[in-house]
Amino acid sequence: MKKKKSGKQPFDSAQGEERYVPFMPSGDEAPIPNSQFFSNWRRWLNTLSPIIALFVVFELFVLIAPSSFATARNMEMIARQTTIVGVAALGMTLVIISGGIDLSVGSIVALSTVVIAWLLRYAGVGPLTAAIGGVAAAALFGLLSGVLITRLRVVPFIVTLGMMLVVRGAAKGIGREQKIDVDPERLRWLEELLASVPKERNWMLLPPGVWIMIFLAIAMAALLRYTRLGRHTFAIGSNEQTARLCGVAVERVKMLVYTLCGAFAGLAGVMQFSRLTVGDPTVAVGLELNVIAAVVIGGGSLSGGEGSILGTLVGALIMTIIASGCTQRGYPNWVQEIITGAIIVIAVALDRLRHRRTA
Amino acid sequence: MAERINSQQRPTSSPLGMKRNKVSLHPERSRRVRLQMQGVSKRFGATIALEDVGIKVAAGEVLALVGENGAGKSTLMKVCSGAIKPDAGRMWLDGAPYRPGNPLEARRAGVAMIYQELSLTPHMSVQENIMLGMEPSKLGVILWKQVRQRAIEAIKEFDNPELTPDARVSRLSVGSQQLVEIARALAIGCNVLVLDEPTSSLTQQDVKRLFEIIGRLKKQGKAIVYISHFIEEVKRVADRVTVLRDGRVVGSNDVAAISTDEIVSLMVGRQVEELYPRSARQAGEVVLEIEDLAGPDKPKSASLTLRRGEVLGIAGLVGAGRTELLRCLFGLEPVRKGRIKLGVYTGPASPVKRWMQGAGLLSENRKEEGLALSLSVADNVTLSRLKGFGPLGLVLPGRQDKATRRWLEKLDIRCRGPRQSVSSLSGGNQQKVAMARLLQHDVDVLLLDEPTRRIDVAAKALAYKLINALATGGEAVPALRPAGILPAERNKGKMPSPHRQPKAVLMVSSYLPELMGVCDRVAVMCRGRLGPTHRIDEVNEHELMLEATGK
Repeated sequence: MKKKKSGKQPFDSAQGEERYVPFMPSGDEAPIPNSQFFSNWRRWLNTLSPIIALFVVFELFVLIAPSSFATARNMEMIARQTTIVGVAALGMTLVIISGGIDLSVGSIVALSTVVIAWLLRYAGVGPLTAAIGGVAAAALFGLLSGVLITRLRVVPFIVTLGMMLVVRGAAKGIGREQKIDVDPERLRWLEELLASVPKERNWMLLPPGVWIMIFLAIAMAALLRYTRLGRHTFAIGSNEQTARLCGVAVERVKMLVYTLCGAFAGLAGVMQFSRLTVGDPTVAVGLELNVIAAVVIGGGSLSGGEGSILGTLVGALIMTIIASGCTQRGYPNWVQEIITGAIIVIAVALDRLRHRRTA
Repeated sequence: MAERINSQQRPTSSPLGMKRNKVSLHPERSRRVRLQMQGVSKRFGATIALEDVGIKVAAGEVLALVGENGAGKSTLMKVCSGAIKPDAGRMWLDGAPYRPGNPLEARRAGVAMIYQELSLTPHMSVQENIMLGMEPSKLGVILWKQVRQRAIEAIKEFDNPELTPDARVSRLSVGSQQLVEIARALAIGCNVLVLDEPTSSLTQQDVKRLFEIIGRLKKQGKAIVYISHFIEEVKRVADRVTVLRDGRVVGSNDVAAISTDEIVSLMVGRQVEELYPRSARQAGEVVLEIEDLAGPDKPKSASLTLRRGEVLGIAGLVGAGRTELLRCLFGLEPVRKGRIKLGVYTGPASPVKRWMQGAGLLSENRKEEGLALSLSVADNVTLSRLKGFGPLGLVLPGRQDKATRRWLEKLDIRCRGPRQSVSSLSGGNQQKVAMARLLQHDVDVLLLDEPTRRIDVAAKALAYKLINALATGGEAVPALRPAGILPAERNKGKMPSPHRQPKAVLMVSSYLPELMGVCDRVAVMCRGRLGPTHRIDEVNEHELMLEATGK
């Protein structure tokens, strides 16, 4: 927001008129729009375009779906259903901005649920410790991915593809190829993270899990925009060589990025566990593709250097809205899948088009 | 323009660019002229790349095209191979008017350019590469027998055991890869071959083999244009030489009738203009000292001493190892042996450390390394030091912008504002952004690699002024616009103060007049070895050029 405020002042307004030599654009340079309003307007449009897209999709389903679609209850449900993908997508946004990808997210979610269940059942710890343990285990595997990527110089796609299998195997190993049940007594608040808000706590509006996602999203957006780590992540994704030339500790930043992505996947695992209340090593197969889709619909570029938290959340929401709208309309599953697939391609194509025009 | 070209009659025997040729023209040969270009002109924006250039190559002849970097050799050959459309001029191929629209058309017409960077697909076999894009086929099915046969025909000439139709191109040596490229041109039936710096990455043995093959191609009646700045090579391989300077032909003669010295004077013969300001400089303490530095391949051995308040130039040919020297210094490439002392720090260090030690590198490759093109001007300028832009180590975009705006002003960078992405700026402005990074970081030792490459004259003039100002310790930038703009802004904030203390500049350039104009001392690098430093008033361009070409 700060950017916009300062941008209102034309940058050369302080110069005396008699000194200022107007620049005549030559043929091969884009003409410079002289109206500050115009460029601000365009910048706003760029920022808001994901939200506009979200609004359009939502309204579409309000029109065609039954009248219950626009109710507060349904919106709460959409928010709840978005949370698992949304939380994992926060970390993925970071990875994709840095020019990488993490395919192990789904497996890490499963691992996290299993670790939490194991800790609750066999280690006899409280829910908080168990949740932290799940996230820590996930972060550890994220770090391992990061180390392998930077030390072995193998592309992230391959390393995390391998990690996808490794982590899934580890989860199955811990659970001995079975679900780990937990005594419901021990769950306490873990059970309520994504449960619908009960009447007596209506003031919360949304379940605690959704609030956690919102707060973390704000924190991540700030991290990307206002910290060195964030700016360095963008720089690495935009041009790794330049980043190295400018003294960015490329390897360290990358390791941190993958560790964070693992941690967020672990947190998504906590949310998943809250839903299942068992540790299930076979859950969330293919979740990473939904997560990547959310980032990409939100304007993230797989070649790096682009992406935003707001866009990612909108991307995740759009996918849930489609799923939930189709279900309520009574469309079969295969229609949903086709629509979601088409939306991904259309969203990215629109984004390219927009870029070509503004470039 | 098309009509004009057609309506012109083809000249019968007029020799090229008569008026400009200072060296006597060679007598008309009885041999058939294969390729002729006349009156070719080309401008890029304000830069004149070629003006009224004419060349002629006969069948069975090797024409060497020499000149300094930026003299227009490559542009001329890109015109000839269809990669660039000229603004004016005519061309004939085997007597018929010739106007290629793109490189493929040129190849089909019989003109092939063998570029420095090989354009092969490394994962495919030799025969696949040779026939790529023109595979004989029936109903879309490739006739492998014919492919093989034609490939064998094309490579049997070369008599090279490494070249077999099934060999993978990536496994071949660079020299053999080049032969594959030549074979590809021959297989399509090209009679005019343009070789652009073909020996720059070859071993001595490969060079010898290449020259034998050029001799053989000559006997077959091919016409060959050989671009090089190694004059010894030109003397060995060419029949005739044409010298280009600043986009014009300044001389053309039989190789046998012209001495190396004469060629060099034609290449550099020019007066240094008042483009290069030079204030009184005071050399201070030693800030950079290297001794017998060697990298993985290049440099092989380099020693120098750089003092504060001094501009030291490194001359040499492209590929001599100058860039690698700077990269070793800056920690972007490993150091094999040798000693580096930067300020009080000794030994090799990573780029992260180098920035902290007060050194900054301006990359020669702006687009691929120098700048993160999709990021904004402000992000690029401040990337090396994201400190002091907010409390608690935060980076507030508003403060980044403010710091950047100062450089937009001082270096006259034309853009909409600090948030515009760098990719939409012109080359000269992009270079200024890259330079602004060093100024914003306020480094003491500036390592500049080809700081004026591919920028226009106005931007060059600014760069020279800037370098002079840095070395003398004046204002960061001489007032291109009158001083006193935003006086209040200047002293506010945590921005580095305008430079008072002189800086040390180590500058690599392929453009000798620039080095002569800007530097206090200059050293020449040749094939990985850095020669002794000369005071600028004790050498001339001619001597430097001789040293650079290995004489």
